[in-house]
Amino acid sequence: MTTFDLNGRTVSAHSPDDTPLLWVIRDELGLTGTKFGCGIGFCGACTVHVEGRATRSCITPISAVAGAKVTTIEGLDTEGRHPLQTAWLELQVPQCGYCQPGQIMQAATLLKDFPNPSDRDIDAVMAGNVCRCMTYGRIRKAIKLAAAKLQGGAHE
Amino acid sequence: MIRRISIAILVAACFILAGLLLLARRPAIATIERPVPKSFSAGSIAQGEVLAAAGHCASCHTGPDGQPFAGGYGVNTPFGIIYGSNLTPDPKTGIGMWSLKAFERAMREGVSRDGSHLFPAFPYYAYTKLSDDDVKALYAYLMTRPAVSATTPANTVPFPLKIRAFQEGWKLLFFRSGRYRTDPSKSDQWNRGAYLAEAVADCSGCHTSRNFLGAENTHNPYSGYEVDGWIAPALSAANPSPIPWTEEEFFTYLRTGASPLHGATAATMTAVVRDSLARPIVPEADIRAIAAYFANVDHSSVRVVGIETMTREALTTSDLGIGQEHDPDADLYASACISCHYNSGPVPLSARPELALNSALTLHEPTNFIQAVLRGVSEGEGAPGLVMPQYASSLSDGEIARLGAYLRRTRTKYPAWADLESRVSAIRRESAKSQ
Repeated sequence: MTTFDLNGRTVSAHSPDDTPLLWVIRDELGLTGTKFGCGIGFCGACTVHVEGRATRSCITPISAVAGAKVTTIEGLDTEGRHPLQTAWLELQVPQCGYCQPGQIMQAATLLKDFPNPSDRDIDAVMAGNVCRCMTYGRIRKAIKLAAAKLQGGAHE
Repeated sequence: MIRRISIAILVAACFILAGLLLLARRPAIATIERPVPKSFSAGSIAQGEVLAAAGHCASCHTGPDGQPFAGGYGVNTPFGIIYGSNLTPDPKTGIGMWSLKAFERAMREGVSRDGSHLFPAFPYYAYTKLSDDDVKALYAYLMTRPAVSATTPANTVPFPLKIRAFQEGWKLLFFRSGRYRTDPSKSDQWNRGAYLAEAVADCSGCHTSRNFLGAENTHNPYSGYEVDGWIAPALSAANPSPIPWTEEEFFTYLRTGASPLHGATAATMTAVVRDSLARPIVPEADIRAIAAYFANVDHSSVRVVGIETMTREALTTSDLGIGQEHDPDADLYASACISCHYNSGPVPLSARPELALNSALTLHEPTNFIQAVLRGVSEGEGAPGLVMPQYASSLSDGEIARLGAYLRRTRTKYPAWADLESRVSAIRRESAKSQ
């Protein structure tokens, strides 16, 4: 049994230790906002936060997060009003939407490390999150809008 | 003639063996009633707690999911698995009936209360350097822990190596008893650091190479060694880190488990930081002393030239892989690694281990790089709050080899690692066996 904190709630997973965190979050704990994409850590759809940092949950075994704080797209902001989420809405970023929870979770770590990111910073940190609908242009714009909102103190 | 010589050799061997067995005999020290906790001073117990933490005693003397100090952790040695014993004051399975004299003899001479020799997996060769006061404090601390009844598992050392009397021979060859001797030419801080490193924490236990009989090569201290499938890098001037370890970097790393210019702890070193040096009861001044000692051992003061320039240079490689290079190896890196490892100067972030500065890429062997990629880093390891996924199920041996070759080629100035793919598959096999 592995105990960890999921979106502020203490949870216990009964799956074997080497079960990917993604499976536990979706199948055992029922939060389906986080998506399964490639299953080998190469597309970013499964990105969640572990201790506030973007992590590919499809190749992270639950034993690795014992005692840690895990945040999924559902827990990024209780009202769904994180500056990245409002920027995403304003600019109508998603097309099919499947990769977007992962994109947003990765972008949150990007803004934590690089509050005013250059195009190069965005290219590098977002490189592992792929979007089959090619919404990259709008993702870039929304990240910059969210950065401006955060710097303006619109959130927290 | 030949027959005569062989007989002479045989007789001499018998005499040596008999002599050794006679010499090896040590008397048992009488058992005592378990001392009442009140017989120890609070000051001594507290001092012992700090020493036990700094010496990470619990790492080897606590089993998986076991009670603290109740024994059962298996130390992998080339001669077999040796289990840490129960140090709680349980009379039957622990050291409850040991007098201070028996405890001190074990610590200083590697002899158990019953007179049998202890294996040097227990580093008595380091603890012999402890002060009398510190040995007493450790005894006071251990004897006031809750007694836990737990029988230590049997070692897997095969016959004839498991005959403990043979340890007398090992001791004759390699063991020198004696207290830590202050070096008057060095500062008090340096001496405190040396005492902690050599007598208490036994840093050389992992970081100094050993001969075929498992004794440290004391003529070449801190030369680096392989422990539990990972390389404990050299801490001498031969340390492979691109930027030499300064006192400040040592301090940050030993206190927190990671430093921006070197990266995070892994494997066995995790316990040394998490269960030991990062604990608030270990005084900051002691960590500073260890840092000062090793900054002197590695000669960083003469090796450090322009940290800023070296850091800047390293960081110029941080965004390699995201351009239009059409290099399939760079693409592999960009898909799997860059989102966490990218930095944009002037200094790397602790939470983004900069690969161009990490000794995993500059060591002679690819061991640590391969281990990190295969196993990842769990919440319980490395720097607090930094988790790395496991790529064992996601990347093939060939892909990990390509990634390693690419990083070695683009992030360091060293020649390519040899036989990378077969090294990956060998480490993967070993890793699967130990899990």
